[in-house]
Amino acid sequence: MLDDFFVRALLVGIGMALVTGPLGCFVVWRRLSFFGDTLAHSALLGVTLSYTTEINMALSVFVISSIVALILLKLQKKTNLPADALLGLLAHSSLAIGLVVIGLLATIRFDLMGLLFGDILAVNVNDIAVVWIGGAIILIVLKIIWKPLFASTVNYELAEAEGMNPEKYNAIFTILLAAIIAISIKMVGLLLITGMLIIPAAMARNLSDNPNQMVIFSIIGGLLSVIIGLFASLEINTPSGPSIITSGLILFILSLTKIKKKSQLNN
Amino acid sequence: MTNKNDTLVKLENAGVLVNDKWLVRGVSLEIKKGKIITLIGPNGSGKSTTAKITLGLYKNIEGKVEKFTDKIAYVPQKINIDWTLPIRVNDFMNLTSTLKNNEIDSALEITGTPHLKNKDLKSLSGGEFQRVLMARAIAKKPELLVLDEPVQGVDFNGEIALYELIKKISDTLNCGILLISHNLHVVMSKTDHVVCLNGHVCCSGTPIDVANNEKYQELFGKDISKILSVYEHSHDHIHKIDGTIEKKEN
Repeated sequence: MLDDFFVRALLVGIGMALVTGPLGCFVVWRRLSFFGDTLAHSALLGVTLSYTTEINMALSVFVISSIVALILLKLQKKTNLPADALLGLLAHSSLAIGLVVIGLLATIRFDLMGLLFGDILAVNVNDIAVVWIGGAIILIVLKIIWKPLFASTVNYELAEAEGMNPEKYNAIFTILLAAIIAISIKMVGLLLITGMLIIPAAMARNLSDNPNQMVIFSIIGGLLSVIIGLFASLEINTPSGPSIITSGLILFILSLTKIKKKSQLNN
Repeated sequence: MTNKNDTLVKLENAGVLVNDKWLVRGVSLEIKKGKIITLIGPNGSGKSTTAKITLGLYKNIEGKVEKFTDKIAYVPQKINIDWTLPIRVNDFMNLTSTLKNNEIDSALEITGTPHLKNKDLKSLSGGEFQRVLMARAIAKKPELLVLDEPVQGVDFNGEIALYELIKKISDTLNCGILLISHNLHVVMSKTDHVVCLNGHVCCSGTPIDVANNEKYQELFGKDISKILSVYEHSHDHIHKIDGTIEKKEN
């Protein structure tokens, strides 16, 4: 069964959706969409690193993304620049450095398109193992830190005052984000990974009135996006990664008709 | 005179410097089990800052803060909950602790908000939200309760009821309470110790001591300062003015 490329793609996609669902909710709640983008951009540097040193790609992407995330946390404390400016600075400079390094390695053949948009149909059994084992670890850690992380998401000061240690859990969450990007970059690419995080969660927000419900809907949305997207790409021969994201978008548009509780003041 | 076992938090000469400006400096106070300390002072005098120092929210401070408890509940002055987060009162009650359903119910009952349990947090009015914040803090059964202007946005009758409630919490939970008053000249009668701030400790002592203190009268004007003891019906014991509280019944 695992011989079939389509089954492998489905398995990887489902594994990813199970993890991006809950993580994506936190990305939306904490307004970290652009942060996810920044990490994904910096992943290019990680990929080139893996080509030059022959380290496992997921590992090198994870290391580079984590370093960029930690640099961001430091810069936020040291400078007066707003978070979005710092994110832009890190995103574009790490992307640029990644491309410069690729240029220097002119001898290595490099599939840039594959890197930007991923190729879920090309995954092997090894990739499935990385996604499922890595994903399971991410979910277990997330489950353990759920309460303090959620508390600090709702209100940082309240969480800190009542001994929830938000700084520590924010840092752990950042690492988890770097980890999901690392394990999924080969499948959906660095331009689309943030889409997998945000779109199902955004759809879920439209349908939910409490956090747990939103997480469940977000997972379901992600799973549906993967399944519909992959079947569509098979039937009408469209690129698979973008098809998954497009399916997610269609689900989001459908969810707009069922929006729960919108602020009267529209803020 | 200082029984370490009763002390929950102790500030010694504490101060915070932010952007070359002292938000507050030289604050010493001690919160003990079953006691209520009230902070008063004009806007920008460092009341909330002092509360945050007490809670350990500032990393770099001058002086010393010693905490002897982890069971802390905080009712902040302002709290912004993001719209992107769907959260009901019930979820909010469980934010930093895991409560049983009946614990949530009884805390909401005490603050007169049981009907709000399944409401979206964002749909509450200012006064309702204030009561829910209070309910959440009580439900945790803290040893130290820090209340930053807990009656703001609550109507007058509700205000008196909330002061009654604070008194009751102090009696039943035997917790130490740090209360910031939004009103310069109203201090609840059960207060054991008043600290009047104006960037530093202007004066402190029992409510009556502070009301009669010259510095306090200078700060707020004689006419206004008289009103301090409005809620001061049955205070019949005498204390020293300085920071140390030595309770001496009549």
